[in-house]
Amino acid sequence: MTVLDPDAGEVVEQRQGAFGAHDSGDTSGFGGLTRLVELPGASPRPYGGWFDAAVDALTEDLDEAGASQAIEKVVVDRDELTLFIRRQDLKITAELLRDDPDLRFELSLGVNGVHYPGDAGRELHAVYHLMSVTHGRRVIRLEVTVPDADPHLPSLVEVYPTQDWHERETYDMFGIIFDGHPSLARILLPNDWVGHPQRKDYPLGGIDVRFKGATVPPPDQRRNYS
Amino acid sequence: MSRFRATLPDDLAAAAEFVATGGDWDEITQELVRRKEERVVVNMGPQHPSTHGVLRLILEMDGETVTETRLGLGYLHSGIEKTMEYRTWVQGSALSTRMDYVASIMNEAAYCLAVEKLARLTDRIPDRAQVIRVLMMELARISSHLVCLGSAGNELGGTTLMTIAFREREQVLRFFEMVTGQRMNNAYFRPGGLSQDLPDGALEWLKGVYPSMVRGMNDFDNMVMANPIWRARTVGIGVLNLAACMALGITGPMLRATGLPLDLRKDRPYSGYENYEFDVCTVDTADVYGRYLVRSNEMRQSMKIVAQCVDKLEAMGPGPVMVDDPSIAWPAQLEIGSDGQGQSPEHVKQIMSQSMESLIHHFKLVSEGFRVPAGQVFHAIEHAKGVYGVHAVSDGGTRPYRVHMREPSYNNLQSMALLCNGGTISDVVVCLASIDPVMGGVDR
Repeated sequence: MTVLDPDAGEVVEQRQGAFGAHDSGDTSGFGGLTRLVELPGASPRPYGGWFDAAVDALTEDLDEAGASQAIEKVVVDRDELTLFIRRQDLKITAELLRDDPDLRFELSLGVNGVHYPGDAGRELHAVYHLMSVTHGRRVIRLEVTVPDADPHLPSLVEVYPTQDWHERETYDMFGIIFDGHPSLARILLPNDWVGHPQRKDYPLGGIDVRFKGATVPPPDQRRNYS
Repeated sequence: MSRFRATLPDDLAAAAEFVATGGDWDEITQELVRRKEERVVVNMGPQHPSTHGVLRLILEMDGETVTETRLGLGYLHSGIEKTMEYRTWVQGSALSTRMDYVASIMNEAAYCLAVEKLARLTDRIPDRAQVIRVLMMELARISSHLVCLGSAGNELGGTTLMTIAFREREQVLRFFEMVTGQRMNNAYFRPGGLSQDLPDGALEWLKGVYPSMVRGMNDFDNMVMANPIWRARTVGIGVLNLAACMALGITGPMLRATGLPLDLRKDRPYSGYENYEFDVCTVDTADVYGRYLVRSNEMRQSMKIVAQCVDKLEAMGPGPVMVDDPSIAWPAQLEIGSDGQGQSPEHVKQIMSQSMESLIHHFKLVSEGFRVPAGQVFHAIEHAKGVYGVHAVSDGGTRPYRVHMREPSYNNLQSMALLCNGGTISDVVVCLASIDPVMGGVDR
């Protein structure tokens, strides 16, 4: 774990132009704009509050369990603690977080996916939130990244049975495959659905307007300010 | 009429398929007796009056005993989370309110609190907005619990219970309509505060109906909680102990019915809940009866909070209900004109005839929206159904990059197999109702 400049964010995407329209003739001059999408980067110590003690306890446990490289980085942002975990160590990390008396994150609040198509090699992020009932209902976030080409993650159903439906939903929406899940089927969409709709590259439909053959473009191709 | 079809493939070819349309069970059972078949798979829903919406239950039965329970979801999936990614941060409030439509206000609350944390606005929300938020959230909790208790009663054959519960809920909905303009799907909370202040006379009206609401809740309690029929149907049914709740991530009244006082209003206070006096209701029976007892007691605690909110609002007098930041708060205030709708005439005058810059500012803020610094947050509130978490991710733009709701109904439905397996089919609906799922929230 290296201590980095606290202001240095993690660039996940580089956007060109303005207002989302890319194929029309640019007469405004804004087409040359470049913007970096920068998420908060690794935080230096001290993290503040209970974060330091919790990270220390987990690091010690991971060392004992022979997974000393499990924590890729620690991000503290907006009073929330995020641990980036190597995917092969996710299960042991969750077990330790649940069982260590100093940590005791007994309650899993599910998993959620986020798709960053511009973050090469780390396109898909799985984000877990765990709550400790024993220690003042504090919440910790685990984030695991997987490449689009190999979207496999260990399932946490054996550690937290509640993950069952949450992992199915994340599979359904993002196509992340949770290895070891008892029955990783789609849950919200029909079984024969093609594609995973929450991915940013999922094609969206436009709206047919019956006026001189015009159509309203899909939402991701309309003018926007993001 | 039941119809018999023998068109199933291969291994299921020997199995018979019946379509029950009501009043024809005798015929089906006679056919089963003739076939000497004890193992039956019952498909219930997705269109069934007691599955609380479009939930599909697949029950494998051995005689009257349920041996396996499976659930089919997704019939109400409308891609709300995806839609939010193509709307501004403010519009997200109107989308999130449509998830769990029985407690709409609470979905908005969770969403707005998450966005405020993301935009670092949490400490700048005006006091008056905080108190009105708590008032609205507690009324929503009462409304949600009343729907739960009333429809549970109805499903057990007690229509009166539903009429009592819905009569009291009507008062809450009238108040919501008076304040927000709509009975449900209010979109009243906005990132930064509220869309508008309480109208004149709203608090007086609420104070007027308050005693009758308390009386209605007592009526309900007197009719139900000691009622031998109700007790026979709920005591010792659908037991789910603390360990099972923890493993399955069950929260809300179901968890508190096992004796664990997990209530985020006390444990991780938001919107100023630390300033109110109320008790966390628990029982230790862990059964269906206990869950209803918790809800019933919680409604009374919520009424206590409502009374405190009214007192606070009267004591603090008028004040802003939106954060004092022109880059976030919309410049116009809604004001009822002669035609019953409209914006404040002063603002319209200013943007239309006095200041071009004001017009541009108004237009940009509404159509483009405000930017939220890149990052992610998780904010959890104590929803009527349990822990409702919002994971919001911003890429620094004017729209959410990703919003995910950790819906308590969705999560809690996972316990159906544990509640039903080994019980009789008559308890399935009782167990389902005690989870209090709302499919709009489950499927999103």
